[in-house]
Amino acid sequence: MVDFVLNGNAVSVEVDSSTPVLWVLRDELEMTGTKFGCGMAQCGACTVHLEGQAIRSCVTPVSAVAGKQVTTIEQIGAAALGELVQAAWIEHDVPQCGYCQSGQVMSAVALLQSNPNPSEDDIDSFMAGNICRCGTYIRIKAAIRSAAAKLA
Amino acid sequence: MSYEKIMQKLGRSYNAGALVNQPISRRRFMKIAGVSGLALGIAPVAVAEGDAEGKKQGLTPLQQPSEFLQIAEDGSITIIVNRLEFGQGSHTGLARVLADELDADWSKVDAKLANAGDAYKDPLFGIQFTGGSTAIAHSFTQYRELGARARAMLLTAAAEKWEVDVSALSTNNGKITGPNGKEAGFGELAVAAMSQPVPEKVELKTPDQFRYIGKGVERLDTRNKSTGQQDFGIDARRPGMKTVLLIRPPWFGGKVESFDASAASSIQGVDQIMKVDLDRDSVGIAVIADGYWQAKMGRDAVKVEWQHVDDIDALPDTTKMAEQFTELLGTDGLKARTSASLDKEVAKTISADFTFPFLAHTPMEPLNALIEMTGSGENTRVDVWTGTQFQTFDQGAVAGVLDVSPAQVTIHTQFAGGGFGRRATPTSDYLADTAKVMKAWTAAGRTEPLKVMWSREDDVRGGYYRPFTMHRASIGLSDDGDVVSWDHTIVAPSILKGTAFEPMLMKDGIDSTATEGVADSAYDLPISVDVHHPVTAVPVLWWRSVGHTHSAFVMETLVEQIARAGGVDAVDFRRKHLAKHPRHLAALDLAVEKSGYGERTLPDNQAWGVAVHESFGSVVAHIVEVSMDGKNPVVHKVTSAIHCNTAVNPRSVEAQIQGAAIMGIGMLLSGAEITLKQGQVQQSNFHNYSLPRMPVVPEIAVYIVPSQDPPTGVGEPGLPPIAPAIANAMLALTGEPVTTLPIQST
Repeated sequence: MVDFVLNGNAVSVEVDSSTPVLWVLRDELEMTGTKFGCGMAQCGACTVHLEGQAIRSCVTPVSAVAGKQVTTIEQIGAAALGELVQAAWIEHDVPQCGYCQSGQVMSAVALLQSNPNPSEDDIDSFMAGNICRCGTYIRIKAAIRSAAAKLA
Repeated sequence: MSYEKIMQKLGRSYNAGALVNQPISRRRFMKIAGVSGLALGIAPVAVAEGDAEGKKQGLTPLQQPSEFLQIAEDGSITIIVNRLEFGQGSHTGLARVLADELDADWSKVDAKLANAGDAYKDPLFGIQFTGGSTAIAHSFTQYRELGARARAMLLTAAAEKWEVDVSALSTNNGKITGPNGKEAGFGELAVAAMSQPVPEKVELKTPDQFRYIGKGVERLDTRNKSTGQQDFGIDARRPGMKTVLLIRPPWFGGKVESFDASAASSIQGVDQIMKVDLDRDSVGIAVIADGYWQAKMGRDAVKVEWQHVDDIDALPDTTKMAEQFTELLGTDGLKARTSASLDKEVAKTISADFTFPFLAHTPMEPLNALIEMTGSGENTRVDVWTGTQFQTFDQGAVAGVLDVSPAQVTIHTQFAGGGFGRRATPTSDYLADTAKVMKAWTAAGRTEPLKVMWSREDDVRGGYYRPFTMHRASIGLSDDGDVVSWDHTIVAPSILKGTAFEPMLMKDGIDSTATEGVADSAYDLPISVDVHHPVTAVPVLWWRSVGHTHSAFVMETLVEQIARAGGVDAVDFRRKHLAKHPRHLAALDLAVEKSGYGERTLPDNQAWGVAVHESFGSVVAHIVEVSMDGKNPVVHKVTSAIHCNTAVNPRSVEAQIQGAAIMGIGMLLSGAEITLKQGQVQQSNFHNYSLPRMPVVPEIAVYIVPSQDPPTGVGEPGLPPIAPAIANAMLALTGEPVTTLPIQST
């Protein structure tokens, strides 16, 4: 049994403690907004926040989040910064297939949380861990810039 | 024959005898959905304009009734889209087309994806599929007519209700207005409209009357996809379902000799471990568990002995393949095109061999399908939830495996996280495998629904790659730079050969998906093309833009070399030799004008690169600004122009051109290749199979040639010319032509 705080609510799951957070979310809790892309922290589709930091949930065992705060795409829009980023995503009509976008949004929020005025290079290097096979990168970048401009 | 022609022919064969002229009865058109509202299912009377083939065949409308449109009493409108949505935006685009003719209030419109069904077959090809950049191109007229007919039925209903002549009525953004201030929303008239006859003929708008077509709009799925609320196939659930991971053989076609599941079976949550028949006559193992992680733990713990292979060195090996293909390049092949040489002396020769690797599609959503089988005997019902590009064939394949009729199989089309061709397999590989697991499961007396998942490793190693391909060209030039002769040989495993499609689709043994872009090149140059289709054990498939992925690279880099040899500017040369192709010229000229090519001076370490190529009915020109970082190009800016006739949603066209160009830039990246050694794929996941990431992505400015002609393809045409444009800039910077992809940076 592992206890943690998910999107502000205490949850308790009966799983092997080595189970990655991704599969606890998707299979146990049926919260499927967080996506499976690679299973080895290479693509960022599974990005969630652990205590406000972006982590790859596909390689994070649930034991590592015991007693801690986990935030997912389902709840990130409830905070002002998340809402701002999602509004920028919509304004720039970012998604194509959309499968990677939960992870992209979660990474973008984490970037702006730690660096509200990122340079082009800052954006490139922070977002380099998130793959978009459709190639929406140009609009992702534009959305991040426009969210950052609103933070200034 | 292009991919498009192939699908067309397939549809005809599939429906042989089924497309007959039938009287249109109202009963067949109308289908009441629920208790209220207008539900309309009609088929286009006219084939899309410009489809000469369709006209020649006198293609009749698909007469199957179904529903494309629902208007609820509150005025909300749901449009059913006959294509998979996997990023390309036709879900919004086709809804937009119908809504325009309906004169709907766009703020009340939503769209849904159609399940497998006769009504949703492509109106030109007669099969339900998404591919070849045809979604908007083929259904443009169909969806306009659907909208226009529904509008006519609403008007007739209002005329009856108000007892006025229909000519006194008009529509305005979801409302009908009549004399003396009469007004009603579409929702109020929906029920009455439903009992009206479907007009056989309707007048469509002229392009200047369009309200939505041609105007950029936010996609209908943008909000859900930005907030984690969009469900994909992988998110589908059924009560009691189990998760399945397969153990596939380490080489294509391998078979299980024996296996030891004792350790795996004791893992909590692992339910069953069974031997199953799989794609391409292979035999593997299904690990069935409560969830993905349990299935993965179980899979990792199974010990498998594979049937012995006598000569492991005879299994596919890309190093050896390159040698074998090179030998074939020197021999005569099948004649895909012959041209007479110019009667001039050859003063100079340009010769080059090109090599292109296997490429995996790697859509971000790994392949998956959820299957449920209920009932028995004649009442057996099979439901499949999946994102597929090939509903008609997949329905048949699942039915075949489970020994039921296709009508007993419902394919619930789910949004897909990319596909790029991988979800359109002639063998229906991942769906047939899913059905095979279900067959074994039911044989074991079990009934729970099964979700078969692919790990990323399964995907990267699972075959169905863009074929490993080589080209050789030998071009003779006169002393004044004219092309006297152009001998071209292509060696490419055939996508169609060995599939059920081969007898219908390969003409004279030639698979045109290997020769498109060369054999049908628009350049007025004396090109002769031979082709070889060596057989390998590696499954191959169409990968976004198919043969153009390599043919555009070869053609556009060779044309560049010819221009340079003659001392002619890259753009001038293309203009001269494409003089009879106004759409090529329009795209090229627009890109030149917007880029500042020839006007603006680049920094000393940068060079321009130009390429223009037609595919899927559209022409794209890319003009790039590039510098070098060691052996790798750094792309600073791309200026793109597309001629796709009417751009239904220009914001989507921009997104598709940018996305396709980025996928094409990815073909150059070191590590963007699938290689095999002793039959085993050497890559497994994104750490050793390179995809473009944000740092390599340049600014890409997209311009659309204005046109009112019926739309042509958009999803793929942006890809082919990008890599050659960059290679042409590299040639200018380094003096070395690029002939092997990807670039080997070490």
